[in-house]
Amino acid sequence: MSGWTQISGSAVALPDANIDTDQLIPARFMSQSRADGYGGFLLHDVREGTPGHPLNHHTPKVLVTGRNFGSGSSREAAVYALVDFGIRAVFAPSFGDIFAGNAVNNGLLAAQVDQATIETLLAHLGNGAEQAHVDLSTSRASIAGIEVRFALNPVHARKLINGWDDIDLTAQHADEINAFCAARHAAHSWAMPAT
Amino acid sequence: MNLHSTLLDKLWDAHEVLRREDGTSLLWVDRHLVHEGSHHAFAKLKSRGMPVAQPALTFGVVDHYAPTRAGDVAADIRKMIRTLGENAAETGIRLFDLHDPEQGIVHVVGPEQGLTLPGLLINCGDSHTSTHGAFGALAFGVGATEVAHILATQTIWQKRPKSMRITFDGQCAAGVTAKDMALHWIAALGADGAQGYAVEYAGTAVAALSMEGRLTLCNLSIEGGARMGLVAPDDVTFDYIKGRPFAPTGAAWEAAVADWRMLRSGRESTFAREVIFDAKKIAPTVTWGTSPEEALPITAKVPVPDQLGGKADHARASLDYMGLTAGMPLTDVKVDQVFIGSCTNGRIEDLRMAAAVLRGRKAVVPGLISPGSAQVKKQAEDEGLAQVFTQAGLEWAASGCSMCVGMNGDLVDAGKRCASSTNRNFKGRQGRGARTHLMSPAMVAAAAVTGHLADVRPLLEGRT
Repeated sequence: MSGWTQISGSAVALPDANIDTDQLIPARFMSQSRADGYGGFLLHDVREGTPGHPLNHHTPKVLVTGRNFGSGSSREAAVYALVDFGIRAVFAPSFGDIFAGNAVNNGLLAAQVDQATIETLLAHLGNGAEQAHVDLSTSRASIAGIEVRFALNPVHARKLINGWDDIDLTAQHADEINAFCAARHAAHSWAMPAT
Repeated sequence: MNLHSTLLDKLWDAHEVLRREDGTSLLWVDRHLVHEGSHHAFAKLKSRGMPVAQPALTFGVVDHYAPTRAGDVAADIRKMIRTLGENAAETGIRLFDLHDPEQGIVHVVGPEQGLTLPGLLINCGDSHTSTHGAFGALAFGVGATEVAHILATQTIWQKRPKSMRITFDGQCAAGVTAKDMALHWIAALGADGAQGYAVEYAGTAVAALSMEGRLTLCNLSIEGGARMGLVAPDDVTFDYIKGRPFAPTGAAWEAAVADWRMLRSGRESTFAREVIFDAKKIAPTVTWGTSPEEALPITAKVPVPDQLGGKADHARASLDYMGLTAGMPLTDVKVDQVFIGSCTNGRIEDLRMAAAVLRGRKAVVPGLISPGSAQVKKQAEDEGLAQVFTQAGLEWAASGCSMCVGMNGDLVDAGKRCASSTNRNFKGRQGRGARTHLMSPAMVAAAAVTGHLADVRPLLEGRT
């Protein structure tokens, strides 16, 4: 995964709340190989049923949307669909916890912004696409000419910027992990599966 | 005993290998459960040439794509199941394969096999991993990248969630179940009401629940936004575990129970958020919309969006998708079919409750019943429950995730309305254009025999 610090592109609005993972990628697509790309599956059934859907007319890098985005299942394929479509940042008042974790592991910024700011952005974007610029190094974005600040955990920022993989980070702690494992099973033998 | 530590704190501290400067902990994983959907993670591991760090702590289950009915199986479904089999064989992990007598839904199999124990940290690439918290285990769902990380290191980076306690005082009335308790709190607090929290369930109505009921309650935590649900273990928990295949025995059992009795929040514990409900005020509850928060007592009417303030737009879209008229009584909503099963409500007690309603009655709409595991299936057949279902005219199938998520081809057709004992009423969840109403298995049975959403309580009079 390659990292990024700044992106410029267009932003569109998806004003619904609770856009869940089953909408983001219907389950029937999840047996497909990632190598073929998941972008075409993004919000597939919603888009097909709504000719005027913004994602049928634009290929934005930024989405602005309602609360509880990405709620539901742990399917990382929901993030794959967004990333493969070309989206690098989603701005919303809140995100499903598992989705937010999956996002940072795939170079997707899940930027939490207060409800009032989101409503202002949604009103400015309407059904169209507007210019956007996002800068991870300053935790600031400009969307449709509106300046937005977002909270970003410093470790998540470093992961997004460097494209880091946790497995490499964790490998540095192998000795501590091995010691922990030995101590746990010595003190609590029941924690190992019987048989 | 520390009077201030919460159950969450005790479990967290017991698994923390180290903590990073930003407050994120590296946690030891005691059990890692994988399923067909874990193929992305195995591929990632393989591409890096890494082995599974702890195959003895890793267990595979065929559930999401498991065919439940006789007939041809689509090539892509066969491939998903075969790939898990190959990955399990190559990495040396125990697999509960399709025709294994112990196969089932991963969140049913874990407890059933004694793999799920109090005090453990359990991960699985499935959001309903919160289910296992019913034993006083720290259990939460993870994505594919995290699955690969756990396979490679047997650890996970995680920030400690805030603690929240939801207390149900008093006792539920007859016909009111753990499913109703869950839908009740989610409707009250919202589908993101517990986001960022681990929820500990407490109170007399929770203590009175069987393990099956506690599993249902913790299972649905994620539908209220909480990645983890917890119930402090007690004698109900220990009695359930004792003698199960992977549970400790002999001296290890005695040591385990001694440790497990310490797993409860102290009297002086403070929670970041506390919410209290009166269990006796909870009615059988159904969803009317496309989010689990859109739930109401069966005695209510379909809401009028204009009266819902900030949620009006969502409600309008929900009514449109669901094909409902604002203000109509919920009991006037006719259903096309029913489904009983899933990791939420596919256990033996769920089937007993449904059978109590169906015994001697006929379903007036078609329906499918998929037990949560092959063991549950056998037990239901031994108890005569399967016969009750088939005599009522419902289809008795094999175990798997089935029509909860439709990956195996058990789908609800577009525009059809299904009364379902599952966990998500999302648009398209049970099939493209499918309309899902969530409710308890007993309430699904009531819908089956009446053909519409119905209050199960009168149907249970004079029955157990």
